[in-house]
Amino acid sequence: MKRITVLIVLIFFSVKFYTQSTFPTNGAPFNTHSIYAFTNANIFIDFETLVKNGTLLIQDGKILNVGEKLEVPKNAVVYDLKGKFIYPSFIDLYSDYGVSENKAPHRTSGGPQMESSVKGAYGWNQAIRSDYEAYKSFVINKEKGDELKKLGFGTVLSCPKDGIVRGSGVLVNLGVKNENESVILDKAAGFYSFSKGSSTQDYPSSLTGGIALLRQTYYDAIWYAQNKNKTEYNISLDAFNKIKDLPAIFEGNDKFNDLRAAKVGKEFNVKYIIKAGGNEYQRINDIQTSQLKYIVPLNFPVAYDVEDPLDAETVSMAELKHWELAPTNPAQFEKNFIQFCLTSADLKDKKEFLTNLRKAVKYGLSEKMALKALTLNPATFLNVQDKMGSLKKDLSANFFISNRSIFDNEAVVMQSWVAGEPTIFSDINVPDIRGNYVLNTPDKKYKVKFWGDVTKPLAKITIDTTGKNLSYSFSNNLITFSFLVDSAKIVRADGIYNANTRSFDGKGQWANGDWFDFKMSYESAVDTTTKQKPAAKKVDLNLGKVYYPFNSYGEPLPDEQGVFKDQWNKFKNRYSAILIKNATIWTNNGDSVLKDHDVYVVDGKIVRIAKNIDAPKLAFAKVIDATGKHLTPGIIDEHSHIALTAGVNEGAKASSSEVRMGDVINPEDVNIYRQLSGGVTCAQLLHGSANPIGGQSAIIKLRWGHAAEDLKYEKADGFIKFALGENVKQSNWGEQNSIRFPQSRMGVEQLYKDYFTRAKEYDLQWQSFSKLSPKEIEKNKIASPRKDLELDAVAEILNKKRFITCHSYVQSEINMLMHVADSFGFKVNTFTHILEGYKVADKMKAHGVSASTFADWWAYKNEVMEAIPYNAAILTKMGVNVSVNSDDAEMARRLNQEAAKAIKYGGLTEVEALKLVTLNPAKMLHIDDKVGSIKVGKVADLVLWTDNPLSVYAIADKTIIDGQIYFDREEDAKLRQDIKTERARIIAKLLVEKQKGAKVEKPKGKHERLYHCNTIEGVDEEITGHR
Amino acid sequence: METKSNMIKFKNKFNPPNPLLQGGKTGFLKLVVFLFVLVSIRLNAQKTYTHIALINATAHLGNGKLIENSLVVINKNKLEVVSSITGIRLNPSSYDTVIDLAGKQIYPGIINTNNVLGLHDAEAVRATRDFSEVGNINPHVRALIAYNTDNLITPTVKTNGILYTQVTPRDGLISGSSSLMALEGWNWEDAVLKADDGIHLNFPKAVKRKYSEEDGMSNVVNKNYTNEINYLNKFFEDAQAYCLTSIITEKNIRFEAMRGVFNGTANLYLHTEKAKDIVSAINFAKKFSIKKPVIVGGKESYKITSILKQNNIPVMLNRVNDLPDNADDNIDIVFRTPYLLQKDSVLFCLQLEGDMEAMQSRNLPFNAGVAAAYGLTKEQALASITSNAAKILGVEKEIGTIEEGKLASIVVSDGDILDIKTNNIILAYIAGKSVVLNNKQTELYLKYKTKYGIK
Repeated sequence: MKRITVLIVLIFFSVKFYTQSTFPTNGAPFNTHSIYAFTNANIFIDFETLVKNGTLLIQDGKILNVGEKLEVPKNAVVYDLKGKFIYPSFIDLYSDYGVSENKAPHRTSGGPQMESSVKGAYGWNQAIRSDYEAYKSFVINKEKGDELKKLGFGTVLSCPKDGIVRGSGVLVNLGVKNENESVILDKAAGFYSFSKGSSTQDYPSSLTGGIALLRQTYYDAIWYAQNKNKTEYNISLDAFNKIKDLPAIFEGNDKFNDLRAAKVGKEFNVKYIIKAGGNEYQRINDIQTSQLKYIVPLNFPVAYDVEDPLDAETVSMAELKHWELAPTNPAQFEKNFIQFCLTSADLKDKKEFLTNLRKAVKYGLSEKMALKALTLNPATFLNVQDKMGSLKKDLSANFFISNRSIFDNEAVVMQSWVAGEPTIFSDINVPDIRGNYVLNTPDKKYKVKFWGDVTKPLAKITIDTTGKNLSYSFSNNLITFSFLVDSAKIVRADGIYNANTRSFDGKGQWANGDWFDFKMSYESAVDTTTKQKPAAKKVDLNLGKVYYPFNSYGEPLPDEQGVFKDQWNKFKNRYSAILIKNATIWTNNGDSVLKDHDVYVVDGKIVRIAKNIDAPKLAFAKVIDATGKHLTPGIIDEHSHIALTAGVNEGAKASSSEVRMGDVINPEDVNIYRQLSGGVTCAQLLHGSANPIGGQSAIIKLRWGHAAEDLKYEKADGFIKFALGENVKQSNWGEQNSIRFPQSRMGVEQLYKDYFTRAKEYDLQWQSFSKLSPKEIEKNKIASPRKDLELDAVAEILNKKRFITCHSYVQSEINMLMHVADSFGFKVNTFTHILEGYKVADKMKAHGVSASTFADWWAYKNEVMEAIPYNAAILTKMGVNVSVNSDDAEMARRLNQEAAKAIKYGGLTEVEALKLVTLNPAKMLHIDDKVGSIKVGKVADLVLWTDNPLSVYAIADKTIIDGQIYFDREEDAKLRQDIKTERARIIAKLLVEKQKGAKVEKPKGKHERLYHCNTIEGVDEEITGHR
Repeated sequence: METKSNMIKFKNKFNPPNPLLQGGKTGFLKLVVFLFVLVSIRLNAQKTYTHIALINATAHLGNGKLIENSLVVINKNKLEVVSSITGIRLNPSSYDTVIDLAGKQIYPGIINTNNVLGLHDAEAVRATRDFSEVGNINPHVRALIAYNTDNLITPTVKTNGILYTQVTPRDGLISGSSSLMALEGWNWEDAVLKADDGIHLNFPKAVKRKYSEEDGMSNVVNKNYTNEINYLNKFFEDAQAYCLTSIITEKNIRFEAMRGVFNGTANLYLHTEKAKDIVSAINFAKKFSIKKPVIVGGKESYKITSILKQNNIPVMLNRVNDLPDNADDNIDIVFRTPYLLQKDSVLFCLQLEGDMEAMQSRNLPFNAGVAAAYGLTKEQALASITSNAAKILGVEKEIGTIEEGKLASIVVSDGDILDIKTNNIILAYIAGKSVVLNNKQTELYLKYKTKYGIK
């Protein structure tokens, strides 16, 4: 009864679903409606359900049925799989199959290109390619398709990979008859990134610019959709609005970029599916907190060649550790319950996919999750789980057959079926020819043995008594073999296999050219029981720990149990209290220097300063004997470019106020640690000086080990970089750069007037709009003004919510900016560099602006020829608030020495000099309520020096931030030892790898780039001159 | 006797007497007095004072020793007496002037090696740049020719105690020859102390540091390495053969310029930083039996001190105030390298090649100060910018230490010359001639102090 029902149902469905085509056929059509039955197979009907000895029935590209002991219809073509495995085809959501590959990245050549070079009614920026639709250019690529099918893939999402907004991708089956039948979903997902790709337009030239452009595009698209009265038609924005509701895939390619994307997503309420980079395990808790889905590559680094010990020094501990730990990346996603799928993207050699998949499993990924990440998860991410991702009735017949479990090292994909269309890689019904044979020739008898794996047995021939290799090929029951009789004589032969007699008959040729007949007969069986591998035995991988930050001088978390909610607090010994005893204390309160005093810190704050404070009775308290040492407030660098990623200058436009340094903080820059060793506790990370209106700054504390967001100074006021003079005029950039306005100091003034005027109007527009009631808006159909990130920031300056730090050299321009500010009713906060400040010290005092200067730099370009090292002293004596800054990763480690130059040049007192790098910059940055002096109630950002802090002989012994010790010479010695040990341990592993014959490559010694004011991403510093 | 009019006393330790450099507390009158005194010293010393006794200062001899209450006598261009004053009854009438320097410090004039100082003013302005020539092999190019005694930067350097600079060309494989110049002189002929002291070779780097969008800053194998080495080998082979033969068919000015390197009258400066490259450079020098090779740069010289020592090769060590090359390196490795060389008895001096090196020259003593903070003794640190440099340059018989018979090229500082806050040069002599201790920057300082009426 049941059987009949099944049959009826089958007939019913098969009739209903016969497909039709619009294409005429030349001759009679080939349409068959055969049923294929795969029997005796181990079938994974989904990632977690294995049917042993099961049967799979398919017809017309769909699954008819699957299960144990199914009745095989009589008209079915039957394949007896004899214990082989069937898996649902893998799905790759990040493929370039069938679409044109990403073009070469942008290179600067020739003069600037300020506008898009794309003709037509498109948007202003070439990197916004929202109108690109991959399905329109999709063509079958058989070679690539076969390569992917051999790895188990059946369906891929072919992605556009060019630009910041990249358009839509197409979901296709691999290598079905033609494109029309390949496409499953025409617009399956929208694609985004921070990288402008092949765009030749200058903007954006940095990561921070890429982020800003994407954000502005979202805002523009909202405005474009809502504003009915607009006069502008814009293909790019129109297309953007059309793709924005598709699943959104963001190419992060790096743990920090992933998080940056997550942040943008949050702003616009988009849940990105993030294409990961492979280093996410290094910040897996933050990745988890993002609550997004991920597409994870299996691009594990190639082993380094470390045989030459001097060359090996250039490979960093972080690179070594990444080599060791990268294969744990997928497992970390699983362990932290992050939804993810796997991709073959980023593999230089796609053949490594299965090898690396198995490696990931060896490194902790469960087989179940691995399958899920290749089948159900990608299907679910695109909402096509009702079409594919498992082997259930009515789903597409997308599956592959492998000789054994796909996680087995010897497993190969033998056949791939996509939408019912087979691709055969190897014969599933190869006869088992293993055994001992006798090869009879008219002259002689030889012993021949075939043994080993059934799909490709090894072969040996015994000539006289010596065993030699028998090289052979065997397919379709035909064998070809050859062997060496002695060193020069090769015998060759061809023959046919007879399965019934288990023998080969054929013809051979002797080395001298004479022909002969042969017969090779089965004699006895060989041992075919595969050796019971000690499979169950877990290999001890002996892996190192993840360090925070993942760089030299990082440290592992103290214990690895569970996920820390407040993880960064675990990095350093968390002291509840610190008592520093018997120090000379440079308080910065007036000129008070207290000898033999104690400072008591509780919960990060200074609570008492006195003589002979009793040792605290609190748990986790630390007492530091500071006899003979000097305690000062932490050094604050008003002008720094460390700890930033991919560019400090967004200099393509004369104004880039929309970019934010806070978006591109790199908390793992080793210069953070190096500067801690010079007593720096706080720094303002500034945009460069390539344009009159630069980007928004970030004020950070040097909390080494913490995440980027945790480095930011809490609730700091907003600052923005402005710049004047040669850099913004592009004077030293070569003759090609004479196009961008302004090219003279005259133009700079007018640029400011223009921006402030526009920002004022923009601000008024918003103010009046915000006063309208929803009713009025509705009634009069008033559209909201367009949100302009650039003018937002400028308007904030006018509203005294954002403050200017202006790069400046020559007195005329300093004077000019103060006048511009006065005319718009605000004050300039700080002039930085300000090397001719001494010439207008009285005017600066009157304006109330601070000065942040170099101690003694000059002569590097024309506008600094009248710079004098007495600048800081004159300005100080004139009552201007003065600091000394670094603009340089090296100099920042010894800002105390730079401050001392104001004693030498101009005769400031030692206390006045120390304030140049502590209290005064704190005032400039509006953080002197908390830091900058040693005072009860203030935050304990402190430095303990071995000597008078203004002396060249003083070394920072301990650097304390928020009452925690972030740098300590003793700890430093331990960390050095740890780097040595950790390196040696991994290098020993690498040497073993090389001896085992693993592929190795020369160490590259990757480094963070050192940034200065004038550094332009992608351009050599030589070209842009100095500072 | 004590009241003799040319007796000058510098008494107040805490109120250094150079009014141009210090905001003294006693105001304008004092300033005028000192101005007068200094000007008169200068004028008189140049005209008539050729026999000068400096008494009671602490003399740091530059060779590791110091004399606490010293007597240093300048006679014409030489140092006539260097001794302790204890037990000596000085007869002031035997000198043109006797200067009491109690509490002050005397040092040998500091030698700034391997620098473009004097070859440019505003560095970014092409018209002022004179330190690089077209072509790869330019041994015949001579830096001293372009050395401008009226350069804008040099006056700001000597005011910190630097009295000599080795003017050095840059770029190419062989950049040219350097010369040792005094920081005062009417013209380059007048200023030169040792002309064409050596040839500068930028030794090929096996691995170069490059920036790419994909990898960031990373090491890239120098594809031209073998070519560059072969090219150099060929040039040295040809030049050596040329210099050995007595029959010259056609004069070759490039080869002629190499004579000194082969016959040992000039140094061969091998500019190289990485340990491996340094070893290759030493090997190269040995191959051509170079008598006086010097490693310049030597950032990783601390890794191969035994090889340097064995081959007796000195190092002109690049700036102490620099970042380590690798993230894994000890954070203070560059600060500490001088100590590591000293410990293993490698002869070295400090220099400042690199970013803004000319302007940075005035900070050379403070680089030595940092080296002292990280392991050297202060006297060793001083030697690394005085006597060691003189030895490497082959002028140790003339300058580099305060010793009898040497040139009277000395400076007097209020306090420790190596520490920024105490380095305050109040007197200086180059070969017995008093040095003018003001410059455009001190003049601007004075001008604006006067404008604002501040001290």
